[in-house]
Amino acid sequence: MTLLIALTLFVLAVFLGLELITKVPATLHTPLMSGSNAVSGITLIGALVSAGADHTMLTTTLGFVAVTLATINVVGGFLVTNRMLAMFAGRKKRRP
Amino acid sequence: MTTPDVISVGYLVAAVLFILGLKGLGRPRTAVRGNLMGATGMLVAILVTLLDQSIISYLTLAVALLIGSVVGVLLAVKVKMTSMPELVALFNGFGGGASVLVATASFIEAVDLGSADNRLAIAAGVTALIGAVTFSGSIIAFFKLQESLKGSGFTGLHLVRAAVMLVSVGLVAMVALQPDTRGWLWTLVGAGLLLGVLGTIAIGGADMPVVIALLNAFSGVAASATGFVLDNSLLIIAGSLVGASGLILTRIMCTAMNRSIYDVIFSAAPAAAVGRDDSDVYGDRVTATSAEEVAMILEIADRVVIVPGYGLAVAQAQHAVRDLMTSLEASGTEVVFGIHPVAGRMPGHMNVLLAEAEIDYEHLLDMNQVNPTFAQTDVTIVIGANDVVNPSARTDPGSPIAGMPILDVDESRTVIVIKRSLSPGFAGIANPLFAADNTFMLFGDGKQAVLDIVAALVSV
Repeated sequence: MTLLIALTLFVLAVFLGLELITKVPATLHTPLMSGSNAVSGITLIGALVSAGADHTMLTTTLGFVAVTLATINVVGGFLVTNRMLAMFAGRKKRRP
Repeated sequence: MTTPDVISVGYLVAAVLFILGLKGLGRPRTAVRGNLMGATGMLVAILVTLLDQSIISYLTLAVALLIGSVVGVLLAVKVKMTSMPELVALFNGFGGGASVLVATASFIEAVDLGSADNRLAIAAGVTALIGAVTFSGSIIAFFKLQESLKGSGFTGLHLVRAAVMLVSVGLVAMVALQPDTRGWLWTLVGAGLLLGVLGTIAIGGADMPVVIALLNAFSGVAASATGFVLDNSLLIIAGSLVGASGLILTRIMCTAMNRSIYDVIFSAAPAAAVGRDDSDVYGDRVTATSAEEVAMILEIADRVVIVPGYGLAVAQAQHAVRDLMTSLEASGTEVVFGIHPVAGRMPGHMNVLLAEAEIDYEHLLDMNQVNPTFAQTDVTIVIGANDVVNPSARTDPGSPIAGMPILDVDESRTVIVIKRSLSPGFAGIANPLFAADNTFMLFGDGKQAVLDIVAALVSV
């Protein structure tokens, strides 16, 4: 990937992100934040390569810690978002 | 299809799922599905990445993934809804920390293999800086939210911060110019960590929602920058999407506080107003009341607005408030909640707490919906909120919060303020609302006070 293509992707994705999330009701601010936070744990896929490549002890250790931290971010983030959203949805069902 | 093709297609699928997921998270009806789509995208991304031929040590990965999953599940399941801001701050920090480590590891590897060029070095430097700021900033925010850290900074903090920022930019340049010297990158990580601490140490409670949103954006940008290091399109796309959504939330929070993003990051925290004695404002005009009196006022009310603030979360009063709402509704009173955008310690914090107490979301009105209705409201009950209901924002141009959009609770016929004391809120200023003719102060713990009112309502 050339630098220019990478920059193109970056700029287009930022604009897409700004368009996607313009008007979010206050109720969803917290779940949106924790959900998008879980998506930012995508660093995990980079960490997997760093940790698994077995280059040197140092890089493997850095990668290992990175995988652990990113996994906490991803698993915990999606799960807690789901827990919050379930509270919103649960109430609707109980009402006739 | 070759393996790299499979990986690329998998990343494309994941990117699409992230986009649809974030879009879904923005609407109540589709939020659950959106979150699931995001999680599915992540799973696809992880699975195809495991096909990467440079991965040889699967045992290491399995151990790290297992530890991370167990810790993640425990944190997500155990957390109390009142502590949600802390958890999000912590997750933010972990994401930022992971980005630093990945960028550092792949940069070191590239230097060892002789394949490091300027572009890689700059990308690694930028990632290390943003990631380190995100990590240490989030950790400080976490401790500040737990109130185990009370630091308020020192004079000239913003100058030190600016200096460290300049040094950091210089260090990025040094990493790029001398990629073979590892020391520059480590120093840069250190500078980034210091910058994160300096940036958040002085942040007070009211700025927390802005800071959490901003750190959320940073964690996305850090992931995106990592994508430039690894030449990975999915990291770039997913990271930028998160960066953009974090930026939007930051802007919403800033608007709600009438502050610019620049002010929050670069200026010193607003100084507490000095010179005006609180007794000028309060004098002997503050009227204290009792739970029984409040119950009698509520008895004859047709419409009640409850305005929650962070004090509600501290007192864990959300369930008591639900009981209050239920007993008022039983006697035919209309009850709604008026929620200021920065009430609580993170965007949407109050909504989550009230949802936990099974209060219906149609009852939750935001500032623009509730403000026009105060004039037709019989009783407004303010629980643990202060600055967001301070009429000085409207009436006193010299006030530190002048111009900040507030809830106009003073327009309702009667205002009940449940609060421990007359102590000022985060802005450090007196609140003329407490001394208004139509305001009654019910001093005490938020939860106990509400329970007392409910008990008194039953016996009225």
